[in-house]
Amino acid sequence: MRKILVVAEMGRAGPDDSAFELAAAARAAGKALGEHRVAAAVFGRGVAEAARGLAPWFDDVFVFDDPQLEIPDGEAWRALLALLIARERPLLTLIAHSNHGMDYAPALAGQAGTPLVCDCVALEVRDGRLFAVRSVYGGKLNARVSVALGDAGCMATLRPGAFPAAPAPQGAGAAIHAEAVPAALTPRRRCLGTVAPEPGAVDITQSAVLVAVGRGIEEEENLGIIHSLAEALRADVACSRPVVDKKWLPRSRQVGTSGVTVKPKVYLAIGISGSFQHMGGVKGGPFIAAINKDPAAPIFSVADVGIVGDLFELVPLLEEKVRELKG
Amino acid sequence: MEIIVCVKRVPDVAEVEVEVDRSGRALERQDLAYGINEWDNFAIEAAVSLVEAHGGRSTAVTVGGPEDEEVLRRALAMGVNEALHLCDPAFAGADAHGVALLLQRAIAARPFDLVLTGAISSDQRNGQVGGMLAALLGIPQVALATELKVENGRAVVRHEVEGGLERVVELDLPALVSVQTGINEPRYVSVRGIRKVADQAIPVLDAASLGLDAAQAQALLAQVRIEELFLPQRGKGAEMLEGSDEEKVLKLIERLRERGGL
Repeated sequence: MRKILVVAEMGRAGPDDSAFELAAAARAAGKALGEHRVAAAVFGRGVAEAARGLAPWFDDVFVFDDPQLEIPDGEAWRALLALLIARERPLLTLIAHSNHGMDYAPALAGQAGTPLVCDCVALEVRDGRLFAVRSVYGGKLNARVSVALGDAGCMATLRPGAFPAAPAPQGAGAAIHAEAVPAALTPRRRCLGTVAPEPGAVDITQSAVLVAVGRGIEEEENLGIIHSLAEALRADVACSRPVVDKKWLPRSRQVGTSGVTVKPKVYLAIGISGSFQHMGGVKGGPFIAAINKDPAAPIFSVADVGIVGDLFELVPLLEEKVRELKG
Repeated sequence: MEIIVCVKRVPDVAEVEVEVDRSGRALERQDLAYGINEWDNFAIEAAVSLVEAHGGRSTAVTVGGPEDEEVLRRALAMGVNEALHLCDPAFAGADAHGVALLLQRAIAARPFDLVLTGAISSDQRNGQVGGMLAALLGIPQVALATELKVENGRAVVRHEVEGGLERVVELDLPALVSVQTGINEPRYVSVRGIRKVADQAIPVLDAASLGLDAAQAQALLAQVRIEELFLPQRGKGAEMLEGSDEEKVLKLIERLRERGGL
């Protein structure tokens, strides 16, 4: 029987949303394969309850419960998944395209000798091949790629949020398998600890209005117009990754999957292209306004309103008009 | 300390309208400027500064056509000691696994303590080559590094995980580290710097010298096939505000007011 394996990530309180998105994508792919089983692999310490919570969505749940797995470590997951895949031989393995997934999926595929398609936003199984859509060239183009579903199987990482979760299917209800975890899982890579970013002067997770600035600001000295506009709007200043990489603003201001998750009412994106890594940190469905000089910037596909133009002209003008209005 | 740094030449598509060529499977390459992949620039800086601090040698490697040599020259100008160009028409269309396989064949024949890659390339955005290469070389790896130190035969690496957190891991050398942007401040490359390395010999390795039969290379290197490139569906898309700058700004204020942003 054809098998599909889903690697379930854990959040603070049980399975991460991505686990259910992967489950739904696995079921959809399975339909094209005929008779099949969908299994989940779960890693952690004290994850038995979480594993039971996943059971309605799967036919099998493989539980790796061990003190060594308390912190999710990419190399530990890779070592265990390589063993599981060698034993179960899934036709397809689905992994979340999270930072964690990016750490272990390529090495796992390299070790298992399995082709890998990363950061998929759509999947389809047809004619013995896996077809996937993924975003390339800075989000300006999509690529449809395909790979043979051969004996070695195939792996894909799926972009979080791109695949809707679905209710548990009728008739599933997994058999739960406790898996052995060998000692000294990753002798050559050891985890020394976790570091939280230093809290900033302003907690942008609590801001109702955010003025977010990106690479388009060009120089550190230009940030003044952004701060002035934010002040006029009584908003806080946030930013995308390039601004933090240059150390122009602290990490506590960075919105995105590697930064802070914000949930404002209004998000004004200035000189931000709108990569999914950035927009992945903007939650709660705010009103998004974007100013960018590139009419093809991906930000305009997710924004509510957009202005194509020179931010160095538009931002001071906007500030002036806002101040006039507020008197 | 022997460091290998893997680099790629990519088109700069920021602020340009990209077009698909007649094959429907590739970018229309005319009028595009090319340069070093942004992530790889940070990897080169890391390699050069580690050799400055600990001694040894750094070598930049790329897989690509004759025109891709320019990124190797640029790496040399930044201070990398040697370069290696994996170049053969048989490598065309290699997927991430194929590129990792070629790199492994080139690297495994040499001494190395540390392999550095960019976390991702801005063109194909796979983020795969580093991890796959580590697996093929049989060495430990870590992705998305934001800090890298080498001490007592180990690499101590800070890397990004979920929720804005970072984790610190220690890897025995040899190891592979794929680096994030912002890990350091890449040095400036002057035209004069490039000129100074213009005559440095860059060995070229073809399929045969990597032990590959050119006729079979395609099947081995290109398992993931690009079927088509197309413009993403823009969803509902933004309402674009038109007019003079002043008109645009006033319309924007109107919308912000309606939505509680003022």
